Amino acid sequence: MSILIDKKTRVICQGITGGAGSFHSRLCKEYGTQMVGGVSPGKGGAALDDIPIFDTVRDCVEKTDADATMIFVPAPFAADAILEAAASGIKIIVCITEGIPVLDMVRVKEELKLFNSANKKDKIWLIGPNCPGLITPEECKIGIMPGYIHRRASQQKQVGRAGIISRSGTLTYEAVWQLTQLGIGQTTVIGIGGDPIPGTHYIELIEMFEKDAETDMILLIGEIGGSAEEDAALYFKEKMSKPVCAFIAGKTAPEGKRMGHAGAIIEGGSRGTAQEKIAFLKTMGIQIAPSPAEIGITVQKVLQSR
Amino acid sequence: MKLEEFQAKKFLEKFRIPVPDNGGVLAHPDETAAALKKCGEPPWVLKAQAQTGGRGKAGGILVAQNPSQAKDKIAELLGKKLVTAQTGPDGILVKRVLIEKTVEIERELYLSVTIDRKRSKIALIASAQGGMEIEHLAATSPEKIAKFEIQALSGLEPYQARALLFQLGLFDQDPKIVQERVAFFKNCVQAFVSLDASLLEINPLAVTKEGKLIALDAKIVLDDNALYRHPEFKDLEFSVPLSPAEEEAKKAGISYISLSGNIGCMVNGAGLAMATIDILKQYGGDPANFLDVGGGANVEQVTAAFRILLTDKKVRALLVNIFGGIMRCDVIAEGIVAAVKETKLVIPLVVRLEGNRSEEGLKILSDSHLNIVSIKGLAEAAQKTIELSQKNKSAVPA
Repeated sequence: MSILIDKKTRVICQGITGGAGSFHSRLCKEYGTQMVGGVSPGKGGAALDDIPIFDTVRDCVEKTDADATMIFVPAPFAADAILEAAASGIKIIVCITEGIPVLDMVRVKEELKLFNSANKKDKIWLIGPNCPGLITPEECKIGIMPGYIHRRASQQKQVGRAGIISRSGTLTYEAVWQLTQLGIGQTTVIGIGGDPIPGTHYIELIEMFEKDAETDMILLIGEIGGSAEEDAALYFKEKMSKPVCAFIAGKTAPEGKRMGHAGAIIEGGSRGTAQEKIAFLKTMGIQIAPSPAEIGITVQKVLQSR
Repeated sequence: MKLEEFQAKKFLEKFRIPVPDNGGVLAHPDETAAALKKCGEPPWVLKAQAQTGGRGKAGGILVAQNPSQAKDKIAELLGKKLVTAQTGPDGILVKRVLIEKTVEIERELYLSVTIDRKRSKIALIASAQGGMEIEHLAATSPEKIAKFEIQALSGLEPYQARALLFQLGLFDQDPKIVQERVAFFKNCVQAFVSLDASLLEINPLAVTKEGKLIALDAKIVLDDNALYRHPEFKDLEFSVPLSPAEEEAKKAGISYISLSGNIGCMVNGAGLAMATIDILKQYGGDPANFLDVGGGANVEQVTAAFRILLTDKKVRALLVNIFGGIMRCDVIAEGIVAAVKETKLVIPLVVRLEGNRSEEGLKILSDSHLNIVSIKGLAEAAQKTIELSQKNKSAVPA
């Protein structure tokens, strides 16, 4: 099992004719993802290998019955691409693009909230932006992560499997590779991205992992800034039965030279440091990996002690 | 991008937000007399321009009663190293001073517009008590801080502005005064949105003896991701220029922060870069920098990254840590080989490559026959780099 995506997911690529879009659409297809179409305004009718290209997302969805999209559109146009996907019936929007203006994301989330309150049964998920994407190993890869580092099944069934949620890209690969080498399988690995306004926070996803029968524990990979890790930790303490462990990057990062008081006021005095996050997560009962090289063995310990 | 006070105030004026009359910014005490002519009668306020808050407490804001006092105090401020609660111990060198006419104020309030990350919304924060102790107030009496969520698509609604007036004791029976005050707050939100700001803070927001609202200080931080759509910001000049390394990093689209150690790091991905610094410190090493070469870097960018790392003369060894996702390890390896040759690298270099095309990349490194240590494991790579940096007694050649 897994969350959000599996071998039945039908994926399109917005920005498929660009360098990154074409490169990664091919790699995802090679991995086994059902890449059913692409969108590039003005290039409708063309194809990338045998993947048909359309002018609009609506056309593409009508002809291919797609339910997910991978967005490689440049930052000035990416928010619009997200909204186009949402308006066209796509349910899983994965935005890889980095550099989207913060206010564009505030507006996108307001619009998505309107969509989702009008369609409560059929929620639209936005993963990213500025993220590597998500992957359910051996079933579906939507993103730029190297497929080979993942493993679906654990070496022995009783080892258990991990669900992973991360704000980072390459640090996630680091963690996944360690798990794979230790014989620990991954159900779904989700990069929620490094932007201050992500489409989805940790907290909505750990809820899904809690309900997924084959996920035995969750690994959170966090970093300095904001309070998303703390929010997830509180939820874990109050509502979850499955164990969670975490690695927080930036323990030794020098504290940012901040400007003004609003940030401190709005975050209730917390400065978003890694030390504060680690301390809080520990009090909520979350195991912390002491080093980036020990993420795998921390997950292993947690799985063994459940 | 953080703006200096006078730059922020210029933008506020464009959005019809009142600021004090001023004589402009001075970079030299001799400019005082000319500036004062635009400032009306004394006393005048002399404000050190620096991208930080807390200037008052640090002695960066002075008052002058006459022209010769003004000139002396400006001379005192220019060249001063301002150390505030927000700058860290290094402080900021004052290169410009703003002269303003003092304003007779009755009350000081606090106002800011910012992004609430948790709620993914624009938030307006205000308090009837402004000034230097606002953070303390937020911690001890949070009920004294008013917070409003703004719909990005519609801005500050009149009912929200009205509630704000009541909470700040600014409501008035005269509808014209109410209208003027509502407009002030609406314009602040409008400015925030139009400028693509991450923060717009007015502290103190003064109520004058005539009952007018005026921004006595202004802090604006602009969203770097939005700069591309603001050609009007291109010509902003800052008193503290970027270092040569920072300038080159900016041109190359590389994220670079200088630290105090002797191990130069080049990593792809901010999270992994932070974790690399963490693990170097864990094993007793001392990183010289944070450098995120980003995804999809080409040969030129890798060479640029090496040059940036080597501008720091304290560097005794380099650690490259790449986990290829978008980034192809063979491209990185080509870049490393080119960079080693171009910079005539003599200090130890440890390369750790994993992920997308890592086998091809490692082959390129070994085929180059250059003095590059390649190690697969992260912990081992960190430890080896530390060991080599300690063995390397020679400094980077100039």
